[in-house]
Amino acid sequence: MTAALFAEQLLNGIQLGVMLFLIASGLTLVFGIMNFINLAHGSLYMAGGFVAAIVYRYTGSFALAVLVAVPAAAAIGVVMERLVLRRFYGRGHLDQVLVTFALILIMNEGTRMIFGPAPLLIGLPAMLSGSVEILPGVGYPIFRLTILLAGLLVAGLLYLIIMKTRLGMWVRAGASNRPMASAMGVNVPVIFSLLFAVGAALAGLAGIMAGPILSVQVGMGEPILILALVVTVIGGIGSIRGAFIAAVMVGVVDTFGRVLLTPALGSMAIFILMAAILTFRPKGLFPVHG
Amino acid sequence: MADITAFSTSRKDALAAVALIAMLALVPPAAWLLHDPFLVKVATRIVIFSLAAIAINLVLGYGGLVSLCHAGLFGIGGYVVGIAAFHVSEPIHLGPLVLGGSSDLAITLPLAMLVSGLMAMAVGAISLRTSGPYFIMITLAFNQMFYYAAIALQKYGGEDGLQILSTITLFGVDVGNRYRFYYVALAVLALATLLLGRAIGSRFGLILRAAAENETRVVVVGVQPWAYRLVAFTASGVLTGLAGALLAASQQFISPVDMAWDRSGDLVVMAVLGGIATFWGPILGAATFIALELMLSSWTQHWQLVFGLIILAIVVGLRGGLVDLLRLIMPKPAGKTT
Amino acid sequence: MTHDVLDIAGLNKWFGGLRATNDIMLSVREGEIHAIIGPNGAGKTTLLSQIQGLLRPDDGYIKLDGEDITYEPAHKRARRGIARSFQITSLISEFPVITNAALGVQARLGHSFRFWKQAGSDLELLEPALEALRLVGLDRRAGSLVRDLSHGERRQLELAIALAQKPRLLLLDEPMAGMGRQDTSRMISLIAGLKGQYSIILIEHDMDAVFTLADRISVLVAGHVIKTGTPEQIRNDADVRAAYLGH
Ligand SMILES: Nc1ncnc2c1ncn2[C@@H]1O[C@H](COP(=O)(O)OP(=O)(O)OP(=O)(O)O)[C@@H](O)[C@H]1O
Ligand SMILES: [Mg+2]
Repeated sequence: MTAALFAEQLLNGIQLGVMLFLIASGLTLVFGIMNFINLAHGSLYMAGGFVAAIVYRYTGSFALAVLVAVPAAAAIGVVMERLVLRRFYGRGHLDQVLVTFALILIMNEGTRMIFGPAPLLIGLPAMLSGSVEILPGVGYPIFRLTILLAGLLVAGLLYLIIMKTRLGMWVRAGASNRPMASAMGVNVPVIFSLLFAVGAALAGLAGIMAGPILSVQVGMGEPILILALVVTVIGGIGSIRGAFIAAVMVGVVDTFGRVLLTPALGSMAIFILMAAILTFRPKGLFPVHG
Repeated sequence: MADITAFSTSRKDALAAVALIAMLALVPPAAWLLHDPFLVKVATRIVIFSLAAIAINLVLGYGGLVSLCHAGLFGIGGYVVGIAAFHVSEPIHLGPLVLGGSSDLAITLPLAMLVSGLMAMAVGAISLRTSGPYFIMITLAFNQMFYYAAIALQKYGGEDGLQILSTITLFGVDVGNRYRFYYVALAVLALATLLLGRAIGSRFGLILRAAAENETRVVVVGVQPWAYRLVAFTASGVLTGLAGALLAASQQFISPVDMAWDRSGDLVVMAVLGGIATFWGPILGAATFIALELMLSSWTQHWQLVFGLIILAIVVGLRGGLVDLLRLIMPKPAGKTT
Repeated sequence: MTHDVLDIAGLNKWFGGLRATNDIMLSVREGEIHAIIGPNGAGKTTLLSQIQGLLRPDDGYIKLDGEDITYEPAHKRARRGIARSFQITSLISEFPVITNAALGVQARLGHSFRFWKQAGSDLELLEPALEALRLVGLDRRAGSLVRDLSHGERRQLELAIALAQKPRLLLLDEPMAGMGRQDTSRMISLIAGLKGQYSIILIEHDMDAVFTLADRISVLVAGHVIKTGTPEQIRNDADVRAAYLGH
């Protein structure tokens, strides 16, 4: 592997990691605070991608696509939470798995019904197409670089909110001690909805970012959801910092695995990584719950 | 006098299981009378998935563990049968050693059980150290790993799956015949149902079930649940692999699609649909699932949407599965109050 | 001098900044009922959980029959003969009463990797289980479901499971909590009947019960044992009166 290829793949890996973080952060917070396992989180990622693709098709504006799709994903997330998921917070994990599994079927098939089975494409605005030189003689697509930077920015922002603001304090209190959070007088239902909206928006954003690289299609949410679950488990459920480190780790390992081995074997690499980590640390790298 | 045997498998449960198996045994004659061999094909699928569903229910309903890697274990069983058959025409040369393939079920089914059991044990050993949501996520991840492993098997068809070209036999007897194969599969299901029905009422079952409801209680009387769960998980993997092996043999084909993660979800749905509180409920669930799938898919191409809504309705409403529905319909036995 | 079944020294447990048990020194003699009294939140349950192995002490040691078990896992200690009835009942509600008791029997009969014979008709399990139920006066309810039991009956079943383990050391965490007067006096005579056969740590807020039953009493205040003595000594101790009985 040449230095140029290495640099390119490293960036690709980090960029995948950043995208995974956007998805996993919602997952891990929702899980850590509500003790709720949401398999349908990948559907929000898909929703973001589809809304963006449609807006792009009719307006031709990538910026507008982002501006519409992120709130749309958040709205879909909130509807999902209010209408269905809210009833399941107190229930066992089996019911949670079943209900979110049902939602996946409904969302996937519903999307197929409306938009058809063919993948949709999101084009790039002129400003973001083309590439820049990252090393002498080595170009890297501007769009991927933008994703990387935007993702890092969002990740940093999220980290600041969680660690420095009052809202973040509630969220952290909730993640490590749920009864304590209610006792502190935190308005739990509102926080839950808000959290769900944020998680959905981030997943939707990731879906938009994936659009121009992969294609937007039905079922795109599940493979990425499973990767995000792996990230969550490795990082330690409920830990934002853990999610970030694990996401980058998984992104890089997955990317290099696919390049160095065959794509299928490379895809196995992260699961082996997960198994190895869990063998020594069953609760992940940064466990939050005791 | 109080009924002190109330814990173990009751006569009623045994009767229900026997009735279900007997009804399945009547399908081929019925198909013959109706000149509808397609019925046997459907019933074969029902029998095979019933086996997988009662197998997953050992960990799900009795162990309280939501496993999402069972499609992977199912597929491993299938691939063992497929790969063994593949090598009938192309023996493996390991230095001086020559390993021939086989498409005799007397060899390949035990082999499939062994391999899927070992895999289940490995997955269990790692994932059972955790509990609840971690367990769910980790098993799901392992399912995906098995899925990619199957795709990586380029030699055996990769993404396209593996065709079985040689004739399937059992102790040298050709069981390619649909009717004959059906009774082989049904016999396997009957045996597995009997074994599971005994196991859940045994001392082993008592520990497994008690730990599912109240782990602390089990620990403080002096039992470490981990080993019991691992045995249950492994046994469940063995039977699930066996089901996958039967599927591969019956359709002479196995592919990564059979082990996709949503198939694991399907298995959980089958068990829940029938009712996870009894060992025979999942048979009912598998039959209903497959019948529904068939009916809905002939009605609309978007049947998965309807299916999702049905699952949603069940989770929101019918907590005990179809078994509950039966209880509602059937008159209460006299003299008993609840 | 009588032999000590349990011997604890320097036991500390911190919950964050809260020192729930503070340098506890305690012993239980063969066959005695050693009562532990103290106000709510004194650390009594926390102490029992450490003896039993559900909580890990931060330092100090716990010895059973002279052997150090401080860091042994709970299920192994149970095998050695430590049994507990919980302050908050901890039962298997989907099982019949007798099967709950059978759980205590089964655990001491060696491993449970037996897959064929039905536990529900296994006399090796049922007879001792029924015997334990008879001891606590619950044998007539053997076939009922736990969810149909009254609060008092559940407390009795807690004790029956512990007795079914044929323990060496019995940890009773407020066995009369929440019981009516009649159930309470039954439970008192029941425990009185166990006296001498088992070594018992009894946590109880009901002072009549404690002074009737106990051979020795330790007073726990804010995680620390401020006094250990006979009921007579405790009743007349000025510090104890000030700290606890006097309120
Ligand atoms: N798991 C825990 N985490 C944090 N604090 C705890 C925990 N368990 C108990 N505590 C605290 O430790 C102190 C001692 O509690 P403990 O339950 O041992 O008291 P107790 O003497 O049994 O009280 P009671 O008479 O009410 O049963 C209390 O202040 C309690 O809030
Ligand atoms: Mg207490």
